[in-house]
Amino acid sequence: MSYLDKAALKIVGTRPIRPDGVDKVIGRASFGADYTMPGMLWAKVKRSPHAHARILKIDTSKAEKVPGVRAIVTAVDFPDIPSEEAFIGEGPMNFRDLSRNCMARDKVLYDGHAVAAVAATSNAAAEEAVDLIEVEYEVLPHVIEVEAAMAPDAPVLHDDMFTQGVEPKPTKPSNVAKKITFTKGDTAKGFAEAEVVIERKYSTKPVHQAYIEPHACVVAVAPDGQTTIWSSSQGQFMVRAYCAKLLGVDMANVRATPAEIGGGFGGKTLVYLEPVAMALSKKTGRPVKLVMSREEVFRGTGPAAGGTIEVKIGAKKSGRIVAAELVLKFQAGAFAGSPVGPGCMCAFAPYDLDNVFITGYDVVSNRPKVAAYRAPGAPNSSFGVESCLDELARELGIDPLALREMNAARDGTKTPYGPTLTNVGYMQTLEAAKNHPNLQIPLGPNQGRGVASGFWFNIGGESSASVHVNEDGTVAVVEGNPDIGGSRASMAMMAAEVLGIPYEKVRPVVGDTASIGFTFLTGGSRVTFATGMAVTQAAEKVVEQLKSRAAAIWDISAEAVEWKDGKAFPAGANAGSFEPLSLADIAMKSGRTGGPITAEVSINAQGAGPGFATHVCDVEVDRETGYVKILRYTAVQDVGRAIHPSYVEGQIQGGVTQGVGWALNEEYIYDKNGCLENAGFLDYRIPVASDMPMIDAVMVEVPNPRHPFGARGVGEVPIVPPMAAVANAIADAVGARMRDLPMSPPKLRAELDEQDPPRMAAE
Amino acid sequence: MSKHHVTTTINGEPTEYLCEAQQSMLDVLRDELGLTGSKEGCSSGDCGACTVICDGDIVCSCLMLGVEAEGRSITTIEGVAQGDKLHPVQQKFLEHAALQCGFCTPGFIVAAKALLDQNPNPTEEEARYWLAGNLCRCTGYDKILRAVMDAAEVMRAEAAQ
Repeated sequence: MSYLDKAALKIVGTRPIRPDGVDKVIGRASFGADYTMPGMLWAKVKRSPHAHARILKIDTSKAEKVPGVRAIVTAVDFPDIPSEEAFIGEGPMNFRDLSRNCMARDKVLYDGHAVAAVAATSNAAAEEAVDLIEVEYEVLPHVIEVEAAMAPDAPVLHDDMFTQGVEPKPTKPSNVAKKITFTKGDTAKGFAEAEVVIERKYSTKPVHQAYIEPHACVVAVAPDGQTTIWSSSQGQFMVRAYCAKLLGVDMANVRATPAEIGGGFGGKTLVYLEPVAMALSKKTGRPVKLVMSREEVFRGTGPAAGGTIEVKIGAKKSGRIVAAELVLKFQAGAFAGSPVGPGCMCAFAPYDLDNVFITGYDVVSNRPKVAAYRAPGAPNSSFGVESCLDELARELGIDPLALREMNAARDGTKTPYGPTLTNVGYMQTLEAAKNHPNLQIPLGPNQGRGVASGFWFNIGGESSASVHVNEDGTVAVVEGNPDIGGSRASMAMMAAEVLGIPYEKVRPVVGDTASIGFTFLTGGSRVTFATGMAVTQAAEKVVEQLKSRAAAIWDISAEAVEWKDGKAFPAGANAGSFEPLSLADIAMKSGRTGGPITAEVSINAQGAGPGFATHVCDVEVDRETGYVKILRYTAVQDVGRAIHPSYVEGQIQGGVTQGVGWALNEEYIYDKNGCLENAGFLDYRIPVASDMPMIDAVMVEVPNPRHPFGARGVGEVPIVPPMAAVANAIADAVGARMRDLPMSPPKLRAELDEQDPPRMAAE
Repeated sequence: MSKHHVTTTINGEPTEYLCEAQQSMLDVLRDELGLTGSKEGCSSGDCGACTVICDGDIVCSCLMLGVEAEGRSITTIEGVAQGDKLHPVQQKFLEHAALQCGFCTPGFIVAAKALLDQNPNPTEEEARYWLAGNLCRCTGYDKILRAVMDAAEVMRAEAAQ
């Protein structure tokens, strides 16, 4: 069924209080580190102090003597997994690499790489023992930056890495894991027709997802091998699959329960701790708790990829783009698998272009393995493309929104990566941005306005949900996605809307891996779309059952019953004359009409509508310090249909703020030995409340016809435009074109000094 | 090494516990007293997820030693609501959808309560600077500020009655 008629909706589109909200405001919600078990041990991980080194020897004898120590594990306690593409995470991953990322084997590949772990009866004993583990290293030359890692004489991380996608196959190993290309039309011909060509190089830094909750888990392996995992992740099924694979056990013996998750943004789509705690629990026979410190989070997990973005755009003087080229070189971290693919695909996706050529390189270096971060890959490439478009607009003297309108993708636009776009709401976002009152606000001295757009695919995929009618006519919904930002509310709203009962009568829970069918992880902006579709279909199946139960009570045929406002009615005069039966009436009698009323639906949801956003950022630059103040921010996005508008706005506002952090502050700082120097929130500065204004989240609703309520994913595209929007605003404010992130005060100040060299006091 | 005996008041309840000299107040709350509402996000006083009120002032409980609670009065997130009645800040956080993952929420609510106890009528800028010691990565702070300002209004109206 379809519920696209907004006027007919009673619950979807309203803003009720989330069902898990009270627990979270009174401190009762149980996150990863909040769980304990009787007899539990505390574990700590020993990490490499070197960026690149061979492990010669690990001596645990002193550590074992610390009172309270129960077990120590190193790589020898894990199966040596052969290279095999993983099938479960959000980004590309290889099981061997994942195993070695959780516990280094032979070599350490980055500062913070795990080399051993201890379980003890107290945290203090575990910490003491970790310090006493002696690891003998042969320190190897290291490489941190992406272009240095691509140089012919760069230290090679993996002897068996021969660049894929290059003909002939290279004979020497290198740090370039893969080269990919996308071609549409003929760019040589296109550039020949161009009247203006802008060619620029941009760069972004790797940044951490910086969820406030560090990774945490409790794992208990029973003597018969049955394993219980309690952990904070974006997917309990992902945790189960990875742990089973990395420890070489059957999935049936692993039950993963999702804790409340304290933020993820893609960074919790992998495992780091669970397999280690599992090995320790197996060795000791006791439950093991393993929690990262913030320093470990920075040194050992994430970040998002950084890299270089080379953009060349050719256009007519009218502004119509005739050719575009892009070269992306992305950091993968220590193991192959940066999001360079989506980076390539999203870069020009908002535009209808005839001639495009895109090249991407996936490059390893001695940094932590990158993890997904909100629209992985797209923010980087869009920073380059959307900045370059701004440079083009300035060159041609065209309004930046008008330039985008002139070249905008529409229904039927064929993307450079193949598919033809349908159900595109990009023009509507440009229109709404143009008409927003914020754009009429005049700007003062050193103030500027920047525009940028963004695209993210959004995904669907495998989801399961069940709907159970309770004996009193209330309803339980079980779904398989960890709730990272209010999705329980959306699920309950969709179920309540279909069933025709009040929202408060529906209580949703997130099931563990043994309680609900397989559900792909919370990521890709898929939950409201795909799992929402499963919930809707399960609720519809329940309605069918309710109708047949009413029919049985009335002794008429099920086709003669209609369901409206939470009640069964005879469908017209011919059906007979009966008092309507409410859901509660039918539930109470269900034992006599066929038993419990429940339905479970498992689907592979297709047709996630693409997400487009257009942002307008106003800044003021302090010429003396180089500090950039965000004055106001207007973020327009096609959200399909907002199921719970407050949480949709929240996704937009959060994504914008993360983007502002990426634009202005956030970066990893390495010393000459390749060690991270700013592994804490004091020196790795994410935006705080006083850095931000209110953020005007403008929801454009172009319903996605492939979802029963018209929803499309909303979580990721809001982080795509901000970096270019801020850069373009700075250029507008002070004429300084910042092409390398972050646009931190010292860097902007240096640019301004070049414009207007500082005079000595004596002059 | 012997443990220290501490006599204190937590959420209005006279409380005694034993703790190690080096144990932080946060570890005592979470690991000894089972009050896991205060969260550990950094253990260095940067994120504010462990914020508690100690004798009327907000402190990061990760930067306070368990032994320092001797003779003092501590309020944690578990003590903000009065029985089954939510504090206006808690209620407004729910109404404004001022939380997404909810992990930083206890720290924000404790800090915001302390702000409104001291300054019933803060400007938005004052509230932003007061809350600048609490990190949130999900919300962009917009709805948090709206919730705090709205709660302030409710509390002023209640006080005027």
